[in-house]
Amino acid sequence: MALTKTHYEFKPYNVARWMIWSLFTLVLWVAPMVFSSNLGVTMLSQMGIAMIACLSYNMLLGQGGMLSFGHAVYTGLGAYLAMHALNAASSGAPIPVTLIPLVGGLGGMFFAFLLGYVTTRKSGTTFAMITLGMAELVFAMSLMFSEFFGGEAGVSGNRVVGQAFWGITYGPPLQVYYLTAAYTLVSVALMYAFTRTPLGRILNAVRDNPERVEFIGYNTQHVRYISFIIAGFFAGIAGGLATVNFEIVTAEVVGSARSGAYLLFTFLGGATFFFGPIIGAVLMVLAFVLLSEFTKAWLLYLGLVFLFMVMFAPGGISSLIMMNLRLASFGRLRQIWVAYVGLGLTALLGLAGTAAMIEMIYHLQLNAAMGPELKFAGVTLNALSTGSWFGSAFVMITGFGLFELARRQYLHDWDDTQVFIEKEIKRREAL
Amino acid sequence: MIALQLKDLRKNFGKTEIIRGANLEVKAGERVAIIGPNGAGKSTLFNLISGRFEPSSGEIWLGEHRIDGKKPFEINRLGLSRSFQITNIFPKLSVFENLRCAVLWKLGYKYTFFEFLADLEDANEAAEKLMEEIRLDKKRDVLAMNLTYAEQRALEIGITIAGGADVILLDEPTAGMSKSETKRFTQLIRQVTEGKTLLTVEHDMGVVFGLADKIAVVVYGEVIAFDTPEAVRANPKVQEAYLGSHVAEHQAAAA
Repeated sequence: MALTKTHYEFKPYNVARWMIWSLFTLVLWVAPMVFSSNLGVTMLSQMGIAMIACLSYNMLLGQGGMLSFGHAVYTGLGAYLAMHALNAASSGAPIPVTLIPLVGGLGGMFFAFLLGYVTTRKSGTTFAMITLGMAELVFAMSLMFSEFFGGEAGVSGNRVVGQAFWGITYGPPLQVYYLTAAYTLVSVALMYAFTRTPLGRILNAVRDNPERVEFIGYNTQHVRYISFIIAGFFAGIAGGLATVNFEIVTAEVVGSARSGAYLLFTFLGGATFFFGPIIGAVLMVLAFVLLSEFTKAWLLYLGLVFLFMVMFAPGGISSLIMMNLRLASFGRLRQIWVAYVGLGLTALLGLAGTAAMIEMIYHLQLNAAMGPELKFAGVTLNALSTGSWFGSAFVMITGFGLFELARRQYLHDWDDTQVFIEKEIKRREAL
Repeated sequence: MIALQLKDLRKNFGKTEIIRGANLEVKAGERVAIIGPNGAGKSTLFNLISGRFEPSSGEIWLGEHRIDGKKPFEINRLGLSRSFQITNIFPKLSVFENLRCAVLWKLGYKYTFFEFLADLEDANEAAEKLMEEIRLDKKRDVLAMNLTYAEQRALEIGITIAGGADVILLDEPTAGMSKSETKRFTQLIRQVTEGKTLLTVEHDMGVVFGLADKIAVVVYGEVIAFDTPEAVRANPKVQEAYLGSHVAEHQAAAA
C-alpha cells in the first residue's frame, strides 16, 4: 500500500525502531570518545542542547503547523530560571546540579503556560505575529529588569556546587556532556512518544485542518495551548542545560536571532519528519561554532543555504534522506549515484568560485588594512587584481553551467527510477 | 421525540438577511432532505445549526439542549455531526488516522498524552470498523490527499459519523460525483446512517428520493414546505418555486 508514498517507510516497524534507538544511545555514549578534544566535547554538549530545543520547536512547527518566531523566549527564560536556581544552590539551597535543567524545564513550561494562553488563541499568520510580539516584549523586558536578567552582563554562576555525588562534580566538560546526553536521550524519547499519543495526533489534525477538528469535538485552542506548554517544557530543559554548560546567561538567549536560528535549522533539518530537527541541531552547532571560525561571511552562506533549501527541497534534509532510502529499498540507488557525484562536484566548483568572490568582497570591506592578499582554500587571491576576480568568476560560471547540465541528467535519471518504482509496486500488488 | 428544532431562526450578513425566520421540527430517526434553489440558504442553515456561524436571532434546539451560539465542538459533543460540501478532511494523515482522530473524543480520550494511540484498542477497532463500512479498508495507510475524489467524499462521511452522533448533517454528499458513483454512494450513506436522524442538503433529486422520508423546501431563507416526498411534490407552492423544472423531474423519475 505504499503506492502513493513519496518516501521510504521502515518495515517491520519494531525491529527498525529498536535498532534506531539503540544506535542513537550508542552514538550519544561513544561520541565524546571519538571527538575527545575540549572543543569536541563542548560542541557535542551544544548539539545535545540544540537537539532538544529544535525538537521542541518542531512540536509547534512540524506537528502543529504553528510558525513561532519567539521560541527562544522559552529556552531563554528557562535558562535564566535555571541560572537563578544554580546561584541559589551556591548559596546553600538544596538543589542538586543534576536537576538544574529540570528547573529550566519547569520555568519554560511556566512561561509557556502564562504567555501561551494569548499566543495560541489564534493559528496561522496571527499566531506567528503574536509570537513575534511576545519575543520583542520579553527581550525589551530583559533590558529593563536587570535584577532578574542581569542587564548587559547577564547572570553568571558556578556549576561546581554542593557535595560531589559518586565523584561527579560537573567540573570537567565530559561530565557535563554526559549529563546533557542523558537529558537529550530522555527528552528525545519523550518527545517522540508524544507524537504517538492522542493529543499528538490531534495536534497533527489541527495542523492539517483546524476547522474540521472543531467539528469532531476538539477545541483547537486547547490542543494548541497544551502542546505549546509541553513544547515550552522541553525548550526550558534545553535552556537549563545551556545554563549548566556555559555558566552564564545573557539577554541574547531570549533574542530574536536565537529564535530565528531555531526556525532556520529546524527547517533545514526538515520539519516533516521527527528526526529532521536532530540533523538541523547538529548543523546549527557546526555552523555557529565552526563555520563562524572559518569565515566572516558565514551568515551570508547560511542565508544562501536556507534560500536554496526553501526553493528546491522544502522538506529539508530529512525528506531528501527518506526519498533516497525509498530508492535504495527498491535497489535503484545504484542507477542514480553517478548523477549525485556529478551534482556534488559541479556544485562544489560553482560554490568555490562564488565563495572566493564573497571572501574577496569581505576582505576588502573588513581587512583592507592588511593588504589586498588573502588565502582561500589554499590559494592566494589578490582582492584588487582582475586576475583573481576573473579566475573566480570563471570557476563559478563553469561550475554552475556544468551543474545545470548535471541537474538535467539527474532529473531524467530520477524520473526513470520513479517510473520503475511505480511499475514495481503495481507488479507486486498484482502477485 | 424531537431531535432538532429551529424556532424563527434568522441570520444577517451585513444588511442582507439570508435566513428569514426558518422553522423546522425534525423527529428523532427522521431522514430529511433539504432542497431549494441556489442561494436559498441551505448551506447557511447547516452552518447555523452546526455552530459555524452564530444566528442573528431565533433558537436552535438539539433534543433538550439549546445550541444556538455554542461553539462547533460543544455542539458536536452534544451529539450533532456534519460533513462539508467542499471536502474537509486531514490531508496529510492516512485514512486510518483520519478516522481514528474522529473517534477519540467520543471514546473519552480528550487531550490525553499519557497513553499511546497504539494501545487504545477500542479506538483502533472503531476506526478499522468504520474503514470497512465506508469501504476504504484497502486504502488504510494512504494519505487522505492521495485518495480519489469519491474516496475523499467517503472519508468525509466516515469522519462525520465516527463520533457516533445521533443527528447527522450532510452538505451535498454526492456533489461532483458521476452517476454510478452517486448511486453507490447513496446506498452507502443509507447504510451507515441507519437509525440516525439525518439531514442532507442535496441537489440531485434521485438522491433526495433515495435517502429521505421527508423533504424540507427552503426558498429565500424560509422553510416553505416540510412533508413527505409525495405531499411536497404535490404542493403548488413548491412546484412554483422549485420542483417544476424538467431536470428535477427527470432525476426523480430515474431514481
